[in-house]
Amino acid sequence: MDLNYSEEEYAFEAKVKQFLGDKLPKRLSDKVKGNIRLTKADMEEWHSILNAEGWLATHWPAIYGGTGWTPVQMHIFEEACSAANAPRTVPFGLGMLGPVLIKYGTEEQKEHYLPRILDGTDWWCQGYSEPGSGSDLASLKTRAVREGDHYVVNGQKTWTTLGQYADWIFCLVRTDTECKPQEGISFLLIDMNTPGIEVRPIITLDGEHEVNEVFFDNVKVPVANLVGEENKGWTYAKYLLTYERTNIAGVGASLNGLEHLKVIAREQQKDGKPLIEDPYFARRMAEVEIDLDAMKTTNLRVLAAVQGGGAPGAESSMLKIKGTVIRQELNDLTRRALGPYAMPYVHEALDEGYNEPPIGPEYANPVSSDYFNNRKLSIFGGSNEIQRNIISKMILGL
Amino acid sequence: MDFNHNEDRRMLENTLSRYVREQYDFETRMEIAGTDLGYSAQKWAEMAELGIIGALFREEDGGFGGHGFDLMVVFEQLGRGIVVEPFLSSAILAGGLIAELGNETQKAMIDDVIAGGKLLAFAHGEPTSRYTLSDVTTTATKSGDGWVLNGHKSVVAGGDNADSFIISARVSGDRMDETGIALFIIDAGTDGVERRQYGTVDGYGAADVFLRDVTVKADALLGEDGGAFAAIEKATARAVLALSAEALGAMEVVKDMTLEYLRTRNQFGVPIGRFQALQHRMADLLMEVEQARSIVINAAGALDGDRLAREKAVSAAKNLIGRVGRLVAEEAIQMHGGIGMTWEFSMPHYAKRIIMLDHMFGDTDHHMERFIALSSAA
Ligand SMILES: Cc1cc2nc3c(=O)[nH]c(=O)nc-3n(C[C@H](O)[C@H](O)[C@H](O)COP(=O)(O)OP(=O)(O)OC[C@H]3O[C@@H](n4cnc5c(N)ncnc54)[C@H](O)[C@@H]3O)c2cc1C
Repeated sequence: MDLNYSEEEYAFEAKVKQFLGDKLPKRLSDKVKGNIRLTKADMEEWHSILNAEGWLATHWPAIYGGTGWTPVQMHIFEEACSAANAPRTVPFGLGMLGPVLIKYGTEEQKEHYLPRILDGTDWWCQGYSEPGSGSDLASLKTRAVREGDHYVVNGQKTWTTLGQYADWIFCLVRTDTECKPQEGISFLLIDMNTPGIEVRPIITLDGEHEVNEVFFDNVKVPVANLVGEENKGWTYAKYLLTYERTNIAGVGASLNGLEHLKVIAREQQKDGKPLIEDPYFARRMAEVEIDLDAMKTTNLRVLAAVQGGGAPGAESSMLKIKGTVIRQELNDLTRRALGPYAMPYVHEALDEGYNEPPIGPEYANPVSSDYFNNRKLSIFGGSNEIQRNIISKMILGL
Repeated sequence: MDFNHNEDRRMLENTLSRYVREQYDFETRMEIAGTDLGYSAQKWAEMAELGIIGALFREEDGGFGGHGFDLMVVFEQLGRGIVVEPFLSSAILAGGLIAELGNETQKAMIDDVIAGGKLLAFAHGEPTSRYTLSDVTTTATKSGDGWVLNGHKSVVAGGDNADSFIISARVSGDRMDETGIALFIIDAGTDGVERRQYGTVDGYGAADVFLRDVTVKADALLGEDGGAFAAIEKATARAVLALSAEALGAMEVVKDMTLEYLRTRNQFGVPIGRFQALQHRMADLLMEVEQARSIVINAAGALDGDRLAREKAVSAAKNLIGRVGRLVAEEAIQMHGGIGMTWEFSMPHYAKRIIMLDHMFGDTDHHMERFIALSSAA
């Protein structure tokens, strides 16, 4: 047992920090720090900076343009990026579709799509959930019927994150209705510009537009856009989900969130003294910090077990639950720390270029809306209840 | 013992409950909260007409209620509709202070408040005072036979539309002293009074109020010069009860909606309410909301009693409401899945209000600390 980084790992960390110091535009880190809305162009900008460095696809093998990093290196990178307030990369192409194509795609598909993910040509979104199929994903109804050299797709996807920006959507579609639900699903890549697709916004409880409904009306999709075999899509879908879950754990985001909380708790006053000295608040903060300390190690332990690549199995469910609960607890404490100033909210103040002076402390405005928004963490990527079901079944054998 | 409200209060409850159901549905509420004004002058007038504001004042002050259970009945129903009109700021806080401390001339203002003609707000909290009632740094200095006020009052509920403010200021003593605090009734248009109006994340109106050499005459003083703390504490106790009852009403709605959802949302071929993992949590919600109701009843019953019992009861209520509120809001969103995250659906707006109520007049921790202190004082 050795809990320290090796010399090479420390050197790697120094290199990452150097890179972030040199290449992360202050305009972007300021936005992330201030919780200012990132535009599509902002996200693309950071994406291309990472790509230029060859540090974009942290989960891909090197032969496909990935970093080929060890789990510890990925962890070091994620932590440093969060600490530097780098934007998070959009996961749909890099963290979800990429690994699926690498494992199950044809050579032509890999050659065509992977470079386009890296260079930012294609923005991907995830078409899994439907109005009637959330947790019970396998019951999905969006239908793809084969007619000659293409499929005709009809149905609806929902909760499609950043679908308003997407060029492509990877979809789970039903290609067979005569069998067990899991055995009639296929994994299709669909160009969002195909006639018959309509994207409608869904506004979330905090007033933001990050999710959408996507409607398919007789949408023609070439058969060449099928990933793997027809009716085997469920296997690929599940493989993707383990990647998604591990990413949602967000240890780096939590570490950064804890630092932010401490800054606020030092600045906020209670009875003329810093809030951080209040025993009630200090106790709440210490509890999350202890959880996070443990979580960091749990995360590394799980990742180390799959050293050499691949995605963790059912253990990713553990990371997802613990990771999201900690992030949500930090959001809750940050909201608490503000006292009455958690209440004022100016929607426009999160847009770039807003010039009015802040109401209360300059960090206050986004805190409560962030708390509400991050309730999503325990719902998406498979709800925390579904993760517990997976742990019960797959790890505990109950 | 009798846990039923008396006849008059049942009528009051029925009247307001019908009004909210028929005239203040969710779409109406969202429309009102989305206007620049942030409340509806017409709805406010209608509810005044129905006697809802009057129910918050005692007979001797021109109302026909004003007791703990009147506040409970009214605010529970307001919570059921997430009503944004300024009952708390105008009637309970500012109106309550005038009723408690006002001279004859000042008390005449209450009629106008009850009729819905005049909006008041209580400007007390400051950027660094958090929830501590005696933490007042705004100053009032004698000048001739009047006063000059300087300071910054923050997150004043209803401050966005108030015609007049009741402003607390220190006339003597140190920052945390309970003695040396005075109250002033000051017209919002007075020279040197500047307000920054805004909406809150849950759709209510508030303002920060800046006082720069605000000069007022002697008759602006409300109550004794330097002796306002006891009245501030009492008005706050009434506000805490009102907000706790409001949270209770909102939680009842959220609980019912969640139960309905568990019964009707199908996944894996069955209603999700068939999953024991959710059944137990729904059972917890029911239990905790009943506990919340009990603590609100306790606080309502203690509101008109002696100070120590009253303060302990309201702090107990606010602490429990804070804990249960977070549970109910978060669990309701979670058990709704994605739908629980949407603007279009009413439930999340209730959840937001419930959470934000913990930021008004003391959060869970503040009232826990206070409850412990008051218990050892007994
Ligand atoms: C902000 C946001 C972004 C999203 N982005 C995407 C995206 O980009 N692409 C995409 O495809 N999807 C996306 N989703 C959808 C997400 O994956 C689903 O919301 C999630 O799978 C839950 O499904 P549901 O909302 O239909 O809830 P339901 O499945 O209806 O669940 C309702 C409640 O029942 C519980 N439940 C269900 N089954 C069980 C069971 N067997 N045992 C115990 N409890 C159970 C759930 O845990 C939940 O609490 C997003 C969701 C949100 C909120």
